[in-house]
Amino acid sequence: MLARFAKILMVLVWASTSALIAQAEDAGRVAAPQYTLPENAKSCVADTAFMRRNHMNMLKHQRDETMHKGIRTKKYSLKNCINCHVTKDEAGKPIKVSNPKHFCAACHEYAAVKLDCFECHRSTPMETGKSAQIPDIPEHTGLLADNSSAVKQLGEYLKGVKQ
Amino acid sequence: MARTVYMKLQNHTGYFDILILLHVAVIAVGMGSVYYMEHFGHIVTGMSNQIVWGTPHVFAIFLIIAASGALNVASISSVFSKYGYKPYARLSGLLALSLLAGGLAVLVLDLGRPDRLMVAMTKYNFKSIFAWNIYLYSGFMVIVLAYLFTMMAKKMDKYTKIAGYAAFAWRLILTTGTGSIFGFLMAREAYDSALLAPLFIASSFVYGLAFTVLVLITVCHTSQRSMMNEDMVRNFRGLLIIFMAAVLYFTAIFHLTNMYSAEHAGVEWFILASGNVYSLIFWIGQILIGSVIPMAMLAWPKIGGKRQTLSIASVLMLIGGIAQVYVILIGGQAYPMVLFPGMEVTSSFQDGMVGTYTPSLPEIALGVSGISIAMLLSGFIMRVMPFLPRGDRMG
Amino acid sequence: MSKFSLKDAYIDKARRDFLKKAGAGVATTVLGAGITLMAYPDPAAARKPDEPVDASKRWGLLIDANKCKEDCNACVTACSQENGWKLDGDPRHDSQWIRKLTIKNPQGGFTQSFPVMCQHCTNPPCTDVCPTGASFKRADGIVLVDKHICIGCRYCMMACPYKARSFIHQPLEDQKPHAPRGKGTVEACTLCVHRVDRGDQPACVERCSKDGNGALIFGDLNDPNSEISKQIATYPTRQIRADLGVDPGVRYKNL
Repeated sequence: MLARFAKILMVLVWASTSALIAQAEDAGRVAAPQYTLPENAKSCVADTAFMRRNHMNMLKHQRDETMHKGIRTKKYSLKNCINCHVTKDEAGKPIKVSNPKHFCAACHEYAAVKLDCFECHRSTPMETGKSAQIPDIPEHTGLLADNSSAVKQLGEYLKGVKQ
Repeated sequence: MARTVYMKLQNHTGYFDILILLHVAVIAVGMGSVYYMEHFGHIVTGMSNQIVWGTPHVFAIFLIIAASGALNVASISSVFSKYGYKPYARLSGLLALSLLAGGLAVLVLDLGRPDRLMVAMTKYNFKSIFAWNIYLYSGFMVIVLAYLFTMMAKKMDKYTKIAGYAAFAWRLILTTGTGSIFGFLMAREAYDSALLAPLFIASSFVYGLAFTVLVLITVCHTSQRSMMNEDMVRNFRGLLIIFMAAVLYFTAIFHLTNMYSAEHAGVEWFILASGNVYSLIFWIGQILIGSVIPMAMLAWPKIGGKRQTLSIASVLMLIGGIAQVYVILIGGQAYPMVLFPGMEVTSSFQDGMVGTYTPSLPEIALGVSGISIAMLLSGFIMRVMPFLPRGDRMG
Repeated sequence: MSKFSLKDAYIDKARRDFLKKAGAGVATTVLGAGITLMAYPDPAAARKPDEPVDASKRWGLLIDANKCKEDCNACVTACSQENGWKLDGDPRHDSQWIRKLTIKNPQGGFTQSFPVMCQHCTNPPCTDVCPTGASFKRADGIVLVDKHICIGCRYCMMACPYKARSFIHQPLEDQKPHAPRGKGTVEACTLCVHRVDRGDQPACVERCSKDGNGALIFGDLNDPNSEISKQIATYPTRQIRADLGVDPGVRYKNL
């Protein structure tokens, strides 16, 4: 009951925020953040429009799977996002989320949505070790080959989120 | 018996405005403290990995206990049919609601992640006494609101009795729940006793009545109307003495059972006889200032019947109440946890050491602002809705 | 008249439930009257990344208090490096997922030193009291804090009989990617769940055998053939505050 109420509230909040964004776009005052693909990747795990709408649900789904069931597939993991979506400063070092140019920060600031991942999670790749490299490229290209099936696959995957 | 006519708090003196301003200022400082604590983390408070609950929790628990007790006067009139108390039943219900709101505000604002209040309200672990309490608190709000509605709406008074019974039962369960937050903790020597629930219930009678009496005397003063006759002064005086005697009784039994079992002798010595800050607060704060002096004042025939005595005794009892919760809560955590009975234990994590705790200014400000939230809320509602018996003009 | 114990009944039920679940992973063949052949899955085989954990395993630690030496801090250093917490000289506020405890018998002064961390109880008081369910026990017995839903109420710290949990008192950044931790939430030993999930041992155990005195054994308490189970079957071992009935997965030998 309360959970449903919370959902309704969240939808209302979301609706009003998106309305605001639309207004801002119309007025042409705030430039939308520019999206560029990371150097070594050909695409994200799904197309941009899908990711814009659903990345939070995908992350939430993955977080519960990992946290409670110990499922540690890399593809939709936050670590994978962070390792790929790196913005570097002039010295070539990855920038932290406290910098508004950080991939996540740029968009969230624009949309005025509070970002709660990096209170606990690291917002840059670890500098040393295997995890710093971009993993799972084959999976990415596999998705590129047939985008519609990829979206369908994601839809299936996300069904778990609603529960 | 004449029908009671109720009024809003009108034509008040400047004293009322000063009180309101004072509460607003205290709340502002309290909210500033919340922001400060939230920004820098709990490192700026006196709380630590050993004393995990500090001054904000002392005030929050004190207010939540007081909230259920504030309903006393209403219960006495509806459940025990003592109609002399009826004119104050509305005020009693209002205070119950606002004290609970004040206590919960402090509790929530001290969370490590107060921004996740929504999580606390949507995800429940039904084995947690905390989670039960969330239901007990919201249920209490609903029942007391319904109770007030039956008292104040037209032609609803036939339901007042049943609402009064429901509220009375609920408030006993609620305080049992608050006591059980500690009573069910087997890990800490100072808690782990079912006696904490009845002790908290007895305490709630004292704190709640003391708050009600103080507010009543304050509104009489500020509205220049006499709402309490000599009979009621005598009644309140007697009740405060009896309730305080009950608290002393449960306190004595609690410590005696603990002292009798050798296992708990250490923590009993720590609280009662070690001469540390907690035994000082217990003997001087709770027993002397909070119990013996006000009881003696009220029982003394010459001055016991005066309104001034009643208000001073109530203030002392509330101070004693804060001392009582402080000793139970902080003292209980300061006593080192026993991992290896009979052994001397040392580590880098302060094992085997008495926890040190000094309340920081922001913590105290947050705690005190809970009282101000309760008082501001009830003051405001009394101003806009008829909660007070009309009484006679003074002077 | 036989005495009825509610606790025993409770434990029996838990055991039956567990056997039911465990049955899924064990092929049982009844060869004849009284003879049962049981084939256990290879305990050494790591779980695949997309497979959920189940109750067929119950991870535990065995700590040998005779082998552990007071001057050695290898397990603590390893944990701190692995998980990114550190001691900043403020014992009241610094997180300590694992600590070396020294106990001294006041009669004669006999001392022992050994590490204490989250004891990964079967009946953890922290998960009982947690209002949101952020404290939880994974199917394989590892007790964790889901920091996504932890509201920082610290009730679990009040309830833990082992003082195993720490509250994060300050904002943090540059955490280890596998060990997220942040201001306002509670944390404790995770039994290096990220390593266990890929088939490795916890960092403390690995370091103790490499740089320390080989005092720590990690393994599956449900598998009678694991080293830890064999040790427990052969030598006297105990749990800290076993009287509380929380049944820790961390056991101590020669204590």
